[in-house]
Amino acid sequence: MSDSELNLLRDLDYSVVQQCMHCGMCLPTCPTYATTLLERSSPRGRIAMMRAIADGRRELSRSFAEEMYFCLGCLACQTACPAGVNYSELFENARAEVERQGLLDTPKRKRIRRWTLRWLFVERTRLHLLGRLLRLYQRSGLERLVRASGLLRLLPASLRELEPLTPRISRRFTAPLHARSVDPPSPRYRVALLSGCVQDIAFADTNADTIYALRQNGCAVRLPDDQACCGSLHAHNGDGEMARDLARRNIDAFAPDTVDAIIVNAGGCGSHMKHYDHLLADDPKYAERAKTWSEKVKDIHEFLAEIDFRAPRAGCGVDQVTYHESCHLKHGQQVSEAPRQILRAIPDLDLVELVEADWCCGSAGIYNITQPETSMRLLDRKMGHVRNTGVRVVATGNPGCVIQLQHGGQREEMDVDVVHPISLLAAAYRGEGEKS
Amino acid sequence: MLSSEASMQVPPLAYIHTRMNDEIIDGLRAFLRDEQILTADEDLDVYSFDGTAMLHQKPRCITLPETAAEVSRILALANAENVPVVTRGSGTGLAGGSVPVDGCIVLCLVRLDKIVELDAKNLVMVVEPGVLTGTIADTASAAGLFYPPDPGSIKISTIGGNVANNSGGLRGLKYGVTRDYIMALEVVLADGQVLHTGSKCVKDVAGFSLRDLFIGSEGCLGVITKVTLKLIPQPASKKTMLALFDSMTAAAATVSAIIESKIIPCTLEFLDRVTVECVEGYAQIGLPTDCEALLLMEVDGHAAEVDEQAEQILALAKEGGAREVRLAESADEALRLASARRTAFSALARLAPTVVLEDITVPRSELARMVALIEDVGRRHGVKVGTFGHMGDGNLHPTFLCDERDEEEMHRVEAALQEVFDGAIELGGTITGEHGVGLAKKPFLPAQLGEVGIAMLRRLKDSFDPQGILNPGKVFD
Repeated sequence: MSDSELNLLRDLDYSVVQQCMHCGMCLPTCPTYATTLLERSSPRGRIAMMRAIADGRRELSRSFAEEMYFCLGCLACQTACPAGVNYSELFENARAEVERQGLLDTPKRKRIRRWTLRWLFVERTRLHLLGRLLRLYQRSGLERLVRASGLLRLLPASLRELEPLTPRISRRFTAPLHARSVDPPSPRYRVALLSGCVQDIAFADTNADTIYALRQNGCAVRLPDDQACCGSLHAHNGDGEMARDLARRNIDAFAPDTVDAIIVNAGGCGSHMKHYDHLLADDPKYAERAKTWSEKVKDIHEFLAEIDFRAPRAGCGVDQVTYHESCHLKHGQQVSEAPRQILRAIPDLDLVELVEADWCCGSAGIYNITQPETSMRLLDRKMGHVRNTGVRVVATGNPGCVIQLQHGGQREEMDVDVVHPISLLAAAYRGEGEKS
Repeated sequence: MLSSEASMQVPPLAYIHTRMNDEIIDGLRAFLRDEQILTADEDLDVYSFDGTAMLHQKPRCITLPETAAEVSRILALANAENVPVVTRGSGTGLAGGSVPVDGCIVLCLVRLDKIVELDAKNLVMVVEPGVLTGTIADTASAAGLFYPPDPGSIKISTIGGNVANNSGGLRGLKYGVTRDYIMALEVVLADGQVLHTGSKCVKDVAGFSLRDLFIGSEGCLGVITKVTLKLIPQPASKKTMLALFDSMTAAAATVSAIIESKIIPCTLEFLDRVTVECVEGYAQIGLPTDCEALLLMEVDGHAAEVDEQAEQILALAKEGGAREVRLAESADEALRLASARRTAFSALARLAPTVVLEDITVPRSELARMVALIEDVGRRHGVKVGTFGHMGDGNLHPTFLCDERDEEEMHRVEAALQEVFDGAIELGGTITGEHGVGLAKKPFLPAQLGEVGIAMLRRLKDSFDPQGILNPGKVFD
């Protein structure tokens, strides 16, 4: 097939495109449609544009490309779709084709993409290095100095707005924390944990809490050290090749047939990792193992609920919490009840439901960097609902959401703590010792 | 009789319109902002359809007015230039009524989305046409009031579209349809003049009821820019029930028995096996997928009355041969059941790429015969059909599951459709209960209305819209 004939949308199994019967049930759940009220920013509209390309009635245009990057990829439409359209696959192929044709290329964009997708989020050693540098900057007083000096004003407004989104880097990353607790003597399950990229350097404690909660429930927890980034960032941003590469490396690192489950505590990573089977379906060497992999990947909440986790006997030091659903946990994985079940199991903790809990907070991978305006509009909407609950602790199961909501708290000058539900569970387990 | 038939003959309305062109678009720019006018290829593609299978037509441009005044100016210009205008809201129509015509302006009213007034003293709400039906229901409910019409697409359909199609829903049996809740309308006429018709008064017989002409007019007589809705008090209590049957006939007979017992449930919905399987595939709420028919029933009103009626209904279902009857245990469960039912049409798309949805309605005494006829037609033509609908209203939605790319299969579907329509008319029914005629049912309308009926529609259209710029070619020619 010559390059000019290649088109990832035209190659796509046509039945996936045809599955959409344009009934419009997705429209009221789409955050970008709610923002513009334009059909082109609705799932149904985007699929119609893809279909026009798949049919050969239209070529890809810059305007199409922009619309594909205006989409959050939150997958709320997939949850809403009674017809079962696989929007995620359509969306990833559309973005990949946009990148293949270089429709949005500028030297700067290419540089950023190369640096993030092809260098930084590939090797954990590189992320760790960046993490250490950032921590040095944050802790040495340099950050305070830079913020106070007004040097930030030299940045363009969009970037200046984002600077506070830089996560606080953890003192230690996950690996040394793994030794903080020990595996149970006769484990019921053997599991392996994905330590993640952002989670590993900015929320290592969440990983430590996850390990602790698993061990409290009879699990031996392995932390494979040669694991790579899960590749979701790459797949969602049109770099399928690197996504497949990373998937293969993780399958090698985790050896899925040696564990009962592969545990993820980041909604975004888990949603992508469950699709390795699909991603590597055409790879004769990996297809079979990828299937085993996909069967074994479990979100931490999902896994704990499945193994009938032990309800803690002590509280977690928090009396009220509200729950924000990570899009890729709720819409990508349909895990919605399990995190609530965990929160409700903690003694003396009251779960207050959040209005529009399953609406995107605007984090959406790197959306807050690529589309700051829409991202902040969604964040304001989210924080408004949080304010209305009157609760000051928000639990959510994805690091991107944690960073975004923390930023929202600062923006709105609200006193809110954002935590992972598993950290509350782990705190409750830890409290048992103190109580007795 | 014959001579009067002959004198009623009015020839088809054959208009010659100007195609929308760049100069006219410049005319629009005189009073609309650039972002209110869409002409990019991508936009023409995504506004070329509504919720109806197989119907596509690209418009020449899309306008997004924000006020009735802007609507009026757009129509005045279109009328002066003799350009066709197709009005739409969220584009969820199921008969192709809002599919553009070649060379037209699409008038998309989603930005006229303000609730103008909630007048609790008069039990009235005044809204713009782009307000979502669900928003109206929620706003009424928050004030302890009730807006009963609830079409399947309530979460996204706009009230303007509901009025233009006289939409029904799941509560038609007890509460009626959209028409029963319209007190007044503001309408922009084809030439841009603004007409107010109706009032907040419960009684109002001043002049012909022009208001009623616009309800169900499918965008052919004028553009609705404000709607005054009647609200009623919230029922104090309700109960939701399920009954499962091993035969469709037994389910239909149970419905007749309930109605004969002088109980008017607010909802009496029916799903056949194919539909239940699809709905359960999507909603996963534990619906049994091995029964031939499922009835979803709801009664509302005063608590004591509701309890009594629920008991009676459950007993009637058992007598009627229901394999299992079940009472929803909580409001949550009731809501899950009703929400699942609303997804029936879309969920059927899991089985086939093209879903041709019909909307025939028959007198309720004829339901069992109509259901049997649909089954028979599907079998004889080798077409897979899933049927669901508002059994309490006699309104059925046989849905033909096919693939539009398979020409031979589509011919069989067409033949099957014709027989279903003929059958419905023969039983004293109608070709459409709540979706409208649009393009999809247009060929079948003359058989139902007869020459006099069609002639009167033509005369009416001609007097409101002499140049025929409003949604030309829809409903009738």
